[in-house]
Amino acid sequence: MITDNVLIKVDNLTKSFGDLHVLRGINAEIDRGDVMVVIGASGSGKSTFLRCLNLLEEPSGGTITFEGVDITDDSVDINKHRQKMGMVFQQFNLFPHMTVLNNLTLGPVKLLGQSKVEAEKNAMRLLERIGLAEKANAYPNQLSGGQKQRVAIVRALAMNPDVMLFDEPTSALDPEMVGEVLEVMKQLAREGMTMVVVTHEMGFAREVGTNIVFVDEGVIVEQGEPGEFFGNPKNPRLKDFLSKVL
Amino acid sequence: MQEFFSGIGDSLYKLLIVENRWEMLLEGLGITLFIALISTILGTVLGFLVGIVRSTYDLQLKGKKCRKFSDYLLKALDVVARIYVTVIRGTPVMVQIMIMFFVVFATAQDGVFPAILTFGINSGAYVAEIMRSGIMSIDKGQFEASRSIGFDYKRTMIYIILPQAIKNILPALGNEFIVLLKETSVACYVSVQELTFTGNMIASRTFDIFTSLIAVAAIYLVVVLVISYLLKLLERRLHNSDH
Repeated sequence: MITDNVLIKVDNLTKSFGDLHVLRGINAEIDRGDVMVVIGASGSGKSTFLRCLNLLEEPSGGTITFEGVDITDDSVDINKHRQKMGMVFQQFNLFPHMTVLNNLTLGPVKLLGQSKVEAEKNAMRLLERIGLAEKANAYPNQLSGGQKQRVAIVRALAMNPDVMLFDEPTSALDPEMVGEVLEVMKQLAREGMTMVVVTHEMGFAREVGTNIVFVDEGVIVEQGEPGEFFGNPKNPRLKDFLSKVL
Repeated sequence: MQEFFSGIGDSLYKLLIVENRWEMLLEGLGITLFIALISTILGTVLGFLVGIVRSTYDLQLKGKKCRKFSDYLLKALDVVARIYVTVIRGTPVMVQIMIMFFVVFATAQDGVFPAILTFGINSGAYVAEIMRSGIMSIDKGQFEASRSIGFDYKRTMIYIILPQAIKNILPALGNEFIVLLKETSVACYVSVQELTFTGNMIASRTFDIFTSLIAVAAIYLVVVLVISYLLKLLERRLHNSDH
């Protein structure tokens, strides 16, 4: 039994698509309660890194230890561990053939063995939290982008995960809807949820990030607390990157 | 003018009333519908299974190495499925039914069973490709969202992918059923006494090919219109269940 605070430990993670080496050896530790914000240029491998954490991308090498278990081991039932890792996508990926409520209850009912009543009660509580309780019986295509993404966040939360993975959650949104999604994420961070967030929102990184990670050409070239990271960047590539986005 | 109408009346009288020929046509229609219905069911089941094999291979294994026994099994099934689809779609149904009747079931007296088998197997190949294209047309994000919640491949298919895929392919499936219904007329070449065969037979007695063939065509058309209408109702119902 691991008693320390490390929730996810990544050792020498590599990922190649054919001859293209996207990740070239990533090492990272994510503690319980951490909000790790991953930044980097497009094509740097930051999204691939995030998608490796719950094995949506199969790593080519290295290990990922989640709650003390090496989930890259073939004998591990990854579906069990994914239940504990919520994920939010750039394109929302709500299930269009189900109501908002059913989007939220499907996992808890089918995988966690909750009763329908229990799952619906829990789902309504989550929807109230994001102010969308009146949309419970609407279908996803009746929602705005910001509403969809907020629903996607609580769909992941309905599984009661130990960590939330965000893959550029605001990149597909109209500018006026970015705020409402970030607000939900900030609230989540304040409540102590462990989060790994790939984003271009530097304001969010500065405000709620506990550990900022800069990925360049498949490796982490610099990381640190937001104050030091943004105030005194050392790596020239990071300086260049920050000068472009800030 | 009067001659013209009495001519039509005379033709219809010979076509339908003499020797109770309307009963023969009705029986022929019954056999046509029976063959079409059973081979539609057979074709749908077969095509569904083959389509699942093909798309599972495409989604899970394509471009990857086989590692477990189940991987090799899937790969073997996919090869068989692909040969099946290629051969069936690449040869005329007329040749297929003659092979089935004169070669495979050379001792058969009655052509109905070989015909059902032929049309079922034939339709299965088309339904398989319709299924596969329906599954592959679902956005990859749907798979990922479902897998990230913790559903395995099978449950992702059942809860997330198939409900969306089947709704999308319904028009194509309906079209396939209509094609199949008309294709059953080929069975007259192996002496199955279905609608086209019956029409031919009546024509050979009345020597009025025009009237009996037009009548047969009209009956097919009415049946197709009824099926189209029913399919439209079904589609509308499925669309009502969301949006």
